[in-house]
Amino acid sequence: MEITSAQFKKSASNKLADVKVQAALANAKGRFVVARAKAIQELDNFEEIRQAAADVRDHCLSNLDQYLEEWERKATAAGTVVHWVESAEEMNRLVLEIARNNSVRKVIKSKSMLGEETGMNEYLQRGGIDVRETDLGEYIIQEANEHPSHIIAPATHKSKDDIADLFALKHKRPRLDDITELTHEAREILRPHFLDADMGITGANFLVAETGSTMIVTNEGNGRMTTTMPRVHVAISSIEKCIPTMEDLSLIMRLLPRSATGQSISNYLSVTTGPRREGDSDGPEQFHVILVDIGRTRVLGSDLRAALRCIRCGACMNHCPVYQNIGGHAYGWVYPGPIGSVLTPAYVGLEKAMDLPNAATLCNQCGVVCPVKIPLPDLMRKLREKQTELKLSPVAQRAGIGAWAWLASRPALYGLATRIAARIGKFAGGKDSMLHRLPFAGREWTRGRDLPAPRGRTFREIYAARTRK
Amino acid sequence: MSARDNILSRIRAANAAQVAGKDTQSSAARLAEHPRGPLPTMAKDPLQQFTDCSIAAASTMDEVGGRQDVPGAVARYLTDNALPMQGVCWPEFADLDWSGAGLEMQARSANGDDKVGVTGSYCALAETGTLVLLSGEEQHATTSLLPETHIAVVSRQRIVACMEDVWDLLRTEVGTLPRQVNFVSGPSRTADIEMTLVYGAHGPFRVHIILTDE
Repeated sequence: MEITSAQFKKSASNKLADVKVQAALANAKGRFVVARAKAIQELDNFEEIRQAAADVRDHCLSNLDQYLEEWERKATAAGTVVHWVESAEEMNRLVLEIARNNSVRKVIKSKSMLGEETGMNEYLQRGGIDVRETDLGEYIIQEANEHPSHIIAPATHKSKDDIADLFALKHKRPRLDDITELTHEAREILRPHFLDADMGITGANFLVAETGSTMIVTNEGNGRMTTTMPRVHVAISSIEKCIPTMEDLSLIMRLLPRSATGQSISNYLSVTTGPRREGDSDGPEQFHVILVDIGRTRVLGSDLRAALRCIRCGACMNHCPVYQNIGGHAYGWVYPGPIGSVLTPAYVGLEKAMDLPNAATLCNQCGVVCPVKIPLPDLMRKLREKQTELKLSPVAQRAGIGAWAWLASRPALYGLATRIAARIGKFAGGKDSMLHRLPFAGREWTRGRDLPAPRGRTFREIYAARTRK
Repeated sequence: MSARDNILSRIRAANAAQVAGKDTQSSAARLAEHPRGPLPTMAKDPLQQFTDCSIAAASTMDEVGGRQDVPGAVARYLTDNALPMQGVCWPEFADLDWSGAGLEMQARSANGDDKVGVTGSYCALAETGTLVLLSGEEQHATTSLLPETHIAVVSRQRIVACMEDVWDLLRTEVGTLPRQVNFVSGPSRTADIEMTLVYGAHGPFRVHIILTDE
């Protein structure tokens, strides 16, 4: 997918001014937050489960080579064809090759964020394959020729009216005005494709090493259709999705749907092990799984390693005050919100996503709700440090921080400078003790609010006076 | 070197370089012992939990004595909801007296036109009100997927407490996993338009569970 994260500030401003986007975000934010809060109360030991899940994910990553090898052994024994690829280009090429080798004309697809990373749909379509997204949100996005704005609710930025207009245009049917009717029209349109597609493509929520299985969850049932109806099934999965056992899957599944949509379990959870068995009445004749690196091993060896624990629930974005106000598209790549502010620089390069680690107040809402305890604010802070180290951040910013660091490491001088500043601040605050306009970069800050002015004495002065007494 | 070797050697190098928090548990031990993580407390007995969670997942429920009572229960449900009296069932129910209950049931896999599908369930999961369906020669996946109405016959004796119990049962009774294990919790749904819940996205509009004593 094309990366537009460099235009973050401009995109964010546009989204803030976009009435439709603002209405959609306002509708979504409360619902996600309340649904999760209710759902985790069903678990009397939520924090214990959360810690165990974080530990399991860390253990997986620390032994990833062994679990992948075990997964491959078991999968191969069950008749799965296992492929390994290092780059996005290789993955797309391989999927197209599998399609061509099997004379595939039509593909039905269950949503995959990895597929978004590599631009797989567009690649297959350029190769002459008809690709149909089947998750309702993804279908809407595909018809509108857009990209998802949320990892689990891809069309959350679009209103019912947008979708009604889109469907009337694309389906060439009378315009509907009711969400249930719109949903059922999409069902009718997609049903024949489920029945006559040659190949199904899915992602994988997890790979289970114990049995060589892939697992996907859906609420709509499109995942079951995609893994059952066509004669060829291809699952694409990045390597970090491998977990050890079914017990670990059970543990993590108590957290994933609750953190995502507030459900105690997703409607359909499908564990697939190999292709159709002899005598089976349904299932694909071939099952291919493509294990993909694209940057994962690099992140594994970096100080952002903890981000690979991610189970893609979306809770961090749902609870992020920045995401809640600008939506997912402003982030400019596949993953929005706090996890996107870490993964985008990690996967596509810090220089292409300079603003993302700074697009956070570090309020730690994301860290608190993350079901696998990824320390997202710490990771964003590390990226900010890296920007300064690599001299990627603006000169003025680095000079400012440099000056501050120089001053702050000289206590006497710092005390003097802040005493002077506190007195100037008091004077500048005037009668209402408010600074209405700060100089330099501070001007942006005071454009929409006032800064309470210092009252004339610094904390250190007051503290010293008190201890003397 | 192949992509596989490159990836595995990069993983090993990355993990070898990690100094802090070295993991001590061996992967072989974890795979062999498959330890359970912390389980939540379930306040109710499994049958009650299954019933309550199934209803919370928007399934409906009925209870009968033996399997011979199933056709009557199916007919009652379909009549009450003004649904078609024809459909398909898993071959394990082919011997039941469907026509005696006024039903026309064919024991074959479902196609896009069938309106009602009757299946069994390998076991059922109390924790979340979930059916556990295995693929197989006679367990047609389409029967629980393509028709607008899915009716599942569940034995009370096959209700297990938590998902971990399902895996233990499969390890003991089945051994190697079938091609697919599907956990189904209520009718198909979506909230992709303005976060408004709609049933019948791609799968069934309704799931009706009939509990039996066999």
